[in-house]
Amino acid sequence: MQWEIVIGLEVHVQLATQTKIFSGASTAFGAEPNTQACAIDLGLPGTLPVFNSEALRKAVQFGLAIEAEIGKRSVFDRKNYFYPDLPKGYQVTQMDFPIVGQGQLEITLEDGSSKVIGVTRAHLEEDAGKSLHEDFEGMSGIDLNRAGTPLLEIVSEPDIRNAKEAVAYLKKIHAIITYLGISDGNMAEGSMRCDVNISVRPKGQAEFGTRCEIKNVNSFKFVEKAIHCEVQRQIDIIEDGGKIVQETRLYDPDKDETRSMRSKEVANDYRYFPEPDLLPVEIDDAYVQAIREQLPELPDAKIERFISQYQLSKYDATQLAASRLLADYFEQVVSACGQAKLAANWVLVELLGQLNRSSTELSDNPISAEQLGQLIQRIQDGTISGRQAKQVFEAMYQGEGSPDAIIEAKGLKQVSDTGALEAMIDEIMSKNPAQVADYRGGKDKLFGFFVGQVMKASKGQANPAVVNDLLKAKLQG
Amino acid sequence: MLNKTLTEQSQALAKGEVSSLELTQAYIQRINQLEPQVNAFISQTPEQALAQAKAADERRAKGDAHALTGIPLAHKDIFCTQGVRTSCGSKMLDNFIAPYNATVIERFNAVGAVSLGKTNLDEFAMGSSTESSFYGPTRNPWQLDRVPGGSSGGAAAAIAANFAAGATGTDTGGSIRQPAAFCGISGIKPTYGRVSRWGMIAYGSSLDQGGPMAKSCSDLALMLEVMASFDAKDSTSVDQPVPAYSQGLTQSIKGLRIGLPKEYFGEGLDPRIADQVQAAVKTLETQGAIIKEISLPLTHLAIPAYYIIAPAEASTNLSRYDGVKFGHRCDNPKDLQDLYLRTRQQGFGTEVKRRILIGTYALSAGYYDAYYRKAQQLRRMIKNDFAAALQEVDVIAGPATPNLPWTLGAKSQDPVAMYLEDLYTIAVNLAGLPGMSVPCGFVDGLPVGLQLIGNYFQEQQLLTLGHQYQLQSDWHLQQPELSTSGGN
Repeated sequence: MQWEIVIGLEVHVQLATQTKIFSGASTAFGAEPNTQACAIDLGLPGTLPVFNSEALRKAVQFGLAIEAEIGKRSVFDRKNYFYPDLPKGYQVTQMDFPIVGQGQLEITLEDGSSKVIGVTRAHLEEDAGKSLHEDFEGMSGIDLNRAGTPLLEIVSEPDIRNAKEAVAYLKKIHAIITYLGISDGNMAEGSMRCDVNISVRPKGQAEFGTRCEIKNVNSFKFVEKAIHCEVQRQIDIIEDGGKIVQETRLYDPDKDETRSMRSKEVANDYRYFPEPDLLPVEIDDAYVQAIREQLPELPDAKIERFISQYQLSKYDATQLAASRLLADYFEQVVSACGQAKLAANWVLVELLGQLNRSSTELSDNPISAEQLGQLIQRIQDGTISGRQAKQVFEAMYQGEGSPDAIIEAKGLKQVSDTGALEAMIDEIMSKNPAQVADYRGGKDKLFGFFVGQVMKASKGQANPAVVNDLLKAKLQG
Repeated sequence: MLNKTLTEQSQALAKGEVSSLELTQAYIQRINQLEPQVNAFISQTPEQALAQAKAADERRAKGDAHALTGIPLAHKDIFCTQGVRTSCGSKMLDNFIAPYNATVIERFNAVGAVSLGKTNLDEFAMGSSTESSFYGPTRNPWQLDRVPGGSSGGAAAAIAANFAAGATGTDTGGSIRQPAAFCGISGIKPTYGRVSRWGMIAYGSSLDQGGPMAKSCSDLALMLEVMASFDAKDSTSVDQPVPAYSQGLTQSIKGLRIGLPKEYFGEGLDPRIADQVQAAVKTLETQGAIIKEISLPLTHLAIPAYYIIAPAEASTNLSRYDGVKFGHRCDNPKDLQDLYLRTRQQGFGTEVKRRILIGTYALSAGYYDAYYRKAQQLRRMIKNDFAAALQEVDVIAGPATPNLPWTLGAKSQDPVAMYLEDLYTIAVNLAGLPGMSVPCGFVDGLPVGLQLIGNYFQEQQLLTLGHQYQLQSDWHLQQPELSTSGGN
């Protein structure tokens, strides 16, 4: 049977505010446990929340970036459940009136095709603390530093049909939030986390199958793998005559499998109701307009511009625009060398490949845009060949200095000086009279022999194009 | 000096007739003698009080005194006090010492008022008799076998017993007005949002409001001037200027329209209370007020609506008491579930558990629409009911309670009978309006309260009206006999 996969994503983005969503405590990552939790974050009796307007501003920025409606009146609700790292016994979140309503974003796939994915809503909520189960024998530790960190939960429509689309969607969200600067998007530190809702149905069937939710998958790679194994699990069950149980599952990257966390039937009744300690948030048009006017160039606009301004392919433009950092880097390389297409190739193929191989983030990239631009210039002006450039690039990556210094140190400079090359050619011709005669007699293939001799004599530094021209002229006599 | 009103004490301090230290020492001595009979306090802080009194006298000597500088007060043990236990009347918080002051406490500290201690209350302010306190019931100083009302029963009894001339209270469904009525003192619940809730332990967040309790309306005016404020730490606090209430008390009440809701004088009201309230209204009429009969047709729906909304909010407000971070924790929990179950089983009393159960039920999937949403609709209708009435009249008057203080234990087995005692006060919280109770007579030696309800932020009107009434009556100056040798 042909199966169709249906995926919806819930993405939690930590907003990069200085202080928490309802208190003045710092949101910085990595502090000693419980040093960044104030009385409000601890849920001490008598404390009250005050909404951080910076979180609102960032949520509205996101809403505008995905062309969503911004709720004129947005309401906070309490979601009630008991857990030790949830200090108040409820999470303040939004249910019926989120800040950001229906929106959409466009993803581009590897084959260059694009697809629009609907965003149902995005709402603000507070993060919980962390339970630490490892360091305490027979007990668990609670770290409430994260409690109260502002989260934007972005809920997609079930429009995603495979793992590649899911990853492209996540990358797009990542691009938007980092372009806006509303989050650092650091998945390793949990600044962007993802819950994946998956179901399968026979192709052509209108109703959705029973779905499972895979909680807290926190890298693009794991999302892709988790989807693959969960889809296979569901198909196997159905094909064996079984039924999917609606439940929450966890993805275990070590075993590459998902396993049941809790079944929805016995799940909590969260008893949502409006948070009486906070007033509804009223948002007027002028506020939204002021934010709209200050929005930076967003990924889609940048892609369009890269295509028209630099004549890049849509795929390359999309790749480069995937992060603001990468896009800015690319444009700096272009401004240093004036060669957009070469710059795109070097950034996407050589640089990203090298970073990937050494598991280095772009932010830790050892090669400055000016230096990469200089390298490209040296190819362009014939100082070095493309092959030599790769050698120089390797050395630059190892921190051996600027392209010119490395070319100099390694003696890689191409010999384009026609005088020196002519002398070399004259000598080779006088040493090999028989070959000269044969060539002149019609043995064209010998041309390669002469090129080889010149390259050998120049220790590989002769500019091949110049050698070709000179040789042709001389051999013809 | 201890039987004087706070206003009189303030004047005596200003004139140098008495020092804060003398006043405070006298109170401490009286409390030591009589407190065992009344049980008005959960925590007494005599050392802190004496230090504050000395500081107040020094401040006054420097010419920097406020009307309340050096005045000994008592605070309901629901307001967090830095360094002093804040129990909220519960075993759950028996060991809780807040690392911060409630805004109300901060404001009294700022003017140099003295704190004698923390007064008793129904556990988490849930009750109408102060019997549900973990620290034992408070007794009514007028008749020690009677309840003082609740939940601010400790504060009301403390004032009646001359343990303090003024005290803070909180009112979610009548918890200032009903004990004020039962103990023959004055108390005002301001408009919701007038007094900061920061540091005031939550029961029903959308209903809770702090306010002053004292012997006279003039006292209330002095205290409310300090308590009322806009507070950025409380999102539901309202940014409105605070009038100098004590300066406006002499305004004439001539032509003021007072409405008597017929529903407040119907079935369920002790006719002897009705007589006292009518007599008080007559007095106001002779002072120039215009009396009209009005109708608040939804009065009978206030209690049902309240007993959904307040417990719903309470059920989640009290979720934080889980034994994990502060407060009571059961011994040797064997797992998380056990920690939660035994901690809450041991830490909460019966009435608190009952309301958590009611509230949890009302918010549950499948019941939310039938209960919580309906109750919210009723709340809006009740609000509109008042709004319509307050188009016709300036102030609404009626009894504060349907019955006299009952004997201890009389209603403990019948929670619904207890709930019905708040018949006239609860709707005011649902609407968020200001309401006040002032003494208006006695029946069988027990005090009766007149309730006055005003429009939003019209506390001045209520205080002025009450003050003008107190110029013509002396019910508020009556004192119960408490014998130093007597037992219970």
